[in-house]
Amino acid sequence: MKALTTFAAGTLLASTALAQDNVLTVYAGDYIVSKWGPGPKIEEMFEARCDCDLQFSPGDLMPRLRLEGDRTEADIVFGLNTDVTKEAREAGLFAPHGQNIANLTLPVDWTDEVFLPFNYAHTAFVYDTDRTPEPPASFDALLEAGDDLTIVIQDPRTSISGLALALWVQAVYGEDAQDAWAQLSDNVLTVTKGWSESYGLFTDGEADMVLSYTTSPAYHLIAEDDPTIKAAIFPEGHYFMVELVGKVAGTDNPELADQFMEFILTEEFQSMIATGNWSFPAALPQDQWPEGFQQLDLPDTALFYSEDEADALKDQAIEAWRAGLSQ
Amino acid sequence: MARGPFAIIAALAVLAVTLVPVGAVLIRAGGFAAFAPGDVDAIRFTLWQATLSAFFSILCAVPVSRALARRNFPGRGLLVALLGAPFILPIIVAVLGLIATFGTNGIVNRVLGALGLPEMTIYGLHGVVIAHVFFNLPLATRLILQGWLAMPGERLRLAASLGLSPWAMFRTLEAPMLARILPGAFAVIFVICLSSFAVALTLGGGPRATTVELAIYQAMRFDFDLGRAAAFSVVQLALAIAAGLVALRLSGGTGFGAGLDRIVPRWDGQGAAARALDAVAIAAVALFLLTPLVLVTLRGVPGLVLLGPEMLEAAWNSLWVALVSTALCLIWALPLATRRGELLGLLGIALSPLVLGTGLFLIVRPYVNPFTLALPVTALINALVSLPFALRILRPEAEAIRADFARLAQSLGLTPWAWLRFVFLPRLRRPLGFAAGLTAALSMGDLGVIALFADPERATLPLYVYRLMGSYQMEAAQGAALVLLASSLALFWAFDRGGRVHA
Repeated sequence: MKALTTFAAGTLLASTALAQDNVLTVYAGDYIVSKWGPGPKIEEMFEARCDCDLQFSPGDLMPRLRLEGDRTEADIVFGLNTDVTKEAREAGLFAPHGQNIANLTLPVDWTDEVFLPFNYAHTAFVYDTDRTPEPPASFDALLEAGDDLTIVIQDPRTSISGLALALWVQAVYGEDAQDAWAQLSDNVLTVTKGWSESYGLFTDGEADMVLSYTTSPAYHLIAEDDPTIKAAIFPEGHYFMVELVGKVAGTDNPELADQFMEFILTEEFQSMIATGNWSFPAALPQDQWPEGFQQLDLPDTALFYSEDEADALKDQAIEAWRAGLSQ
Repeated sequence: MARGPFAIIAALAVLAVTLVPVGAVLIRAGGFAAFAPGDVDAIRFTLWQATLSAFFSILCAVPVSRALARRNFPGRGLLVALLGAPFILPIIVAVLGLIATFGTNGIVNRVLGALGLPEMTIYGLHGVVIAHVFFNLPLATRLILQGWLAMPGERLRLAASLGLSPWAMFRTLEAPMLARILPGAFAVIFVICLSSFAVALTLGGGPRATTVELAIYQAMRFDFDLGRAAAFSVVQLALAIAAGLVALRLSGGTGFGAGLDRIVPRWDGQGAAARALDAVAIAAVALFLLTPLVLVTLRGVPGLVLLGPEMLEAAWNSLWVALVSTALCLIWALPLATRRGELLGLLGIALSPLVLGTGLFLIVRPYVNPFTLALPVTALINALVSLPFALRILRPEAEAIRADFARLAQSLGLTPWAWLRFVFLPRLRRPLGFAAGLTAALSMGDLGVIALFADPERATLPLYVYRLMGSYQMEAAQGAALVLLASSLALFWAFDRGGRVHA
């Protein structure tokens, strides 16, 4: 027992000692930090080059940052998304990334000096070719599909992918978004709180299509050797989702934080992130993507709202969703 | 009986742990935010689904609990224990089990299809009610079962020797017991259903099924509109208190007077019609509740091999959180096992865990890193959330014991400690075991607050299930869910068995 206490005290001291100089605290979503996410690999790769201790702290990013304000312990925030960065920027919580972003390979122009993209995908309806051999070929076709084609989607008020869908419909149908939702409502089997519940319903065979990402098929192809899961590609375009990393303005470890930001754009990180987080790398030419990713169906058009536009349209898009599906 | 000071301390603790966090959120927000037009719909839907859910749970529970009280058959003990399972399942697992049963591809629809009958859908208001009945029917059954079992054998024998007809028996003995138990059971289930959100959304099928809790979630985690979250929490608290007050008003009367605790068989209900009725009630409830559980189990088995050592760590975290909250909850509940105490206890479950968690976060933040407190805070909140159930279970018995034995104890000059040790606790054994089992299992399956604070080393089992699902690991998630189901059930069974003598 005594040995145990001494050991515990020793570990505690060791970690406090480290905390004083060489710890990089990274706030990230649960899906990043979990064993099956990219977190463990990021930690290993970065610690190999920095001679420091990278500590992930999982949880909700924005509510936590807003609660903590200036007193946040985060040095880096990993996994934000353009649909929520406006308030973070306006709160002055982040410092410029200072990286050369000329080599980004995003399908949209990126000039942001604060948030650095690390991977992206497009929202898409994912289906199983065995169950749905002839998926709708366009968004219009989906709206006009018979009642027997069922989809599960996520609530835009509780999920980031649900919000992206609301903005997608807004981008495609504009003023007619509410009518589009009303037309789609026959096909909506149900709406879930988050992506996990929806995807679970889809893999259980409960619905024919699920709102997910153009990169979801890559998981099934690569990890499960299952080529039957595909994303339906619509000529109207697909809403572009990008994940971002930001350097906290009040970080007490600016050099380490800068080193991390630099690391994000390295080939080492970029080659890992595709299969690490099942998304397209933000700074890696397509011919260097991992096998499997190169075979994915990609939309010709990426629809995208800047954070200002997303912020301005958010309430309207959610209201169109609510009103359209309530009819 | 020296309940005074302890009761006051316990009551103040409930108030502190519920109202102070709301206050902290409110102060941080700088005041309440106004309601939007859609919010009235959310409140209306919340009330409507909670009323229907509580009503049907109680309605089905009365015949089932009576059948269980007066029948003895092989496997009865196991059935009573398993009946507790739906209530303690993590919501996401239970919903998937329900969908495997009643969903588009579920067993029920396959049977209907094979018979050439039209298919059913579980998505819609009725789906929400089915799910809530699935969760709460077992609780209602057990609460009412406590009432049947508390009827002293002497009374039943007297009724039998007087040759009372079933109807007269119902009127003189059973109806007063039900009148005493049902309003409280209704209130607890109503309040549980008030704060439903993931179930209501997933099975409700869309924005029409918006509940107040969803609005709180949106305000908290998406819009960071603390004023709105605080305003909605107050609405939820007020609805819960209103339900509790109505229940208190309706449930008059005291216990049956003292009995000697001898086990006396039931003489009533031996006719063929009564037997058939009981058999149908038991078979129907077993089929309804056990099918989804069996499906969750079957689907979980292949995933078991995919689980890593993190699972054990998460299970260990869950276990000790569950044990700490159980101890805390019982210590808290004993002095509060009175009418007013029970009303107060409802506050705990009516308050959104998100608001509670955020409030506590704001309070402790200036002094310590809240993340190091993740597990203790989870234990505290789980104890608070279980308090209303524990009180509902303990209160009728506790009051009966006080009514029956307090005078005797006084005349003997028992010290408070002796009263507790020789009279109160031994006679409360059965409800105490049930309350402890329920609290432990609820705490094991709860995801609510830990998600706000957890770091990788402090994950609990439900969070582990959730993380697996978020990383395309659906099969492993089903395996982990099975582990969670089994361990919650084992914990529940261990405690409940300890107290459930002859039940």
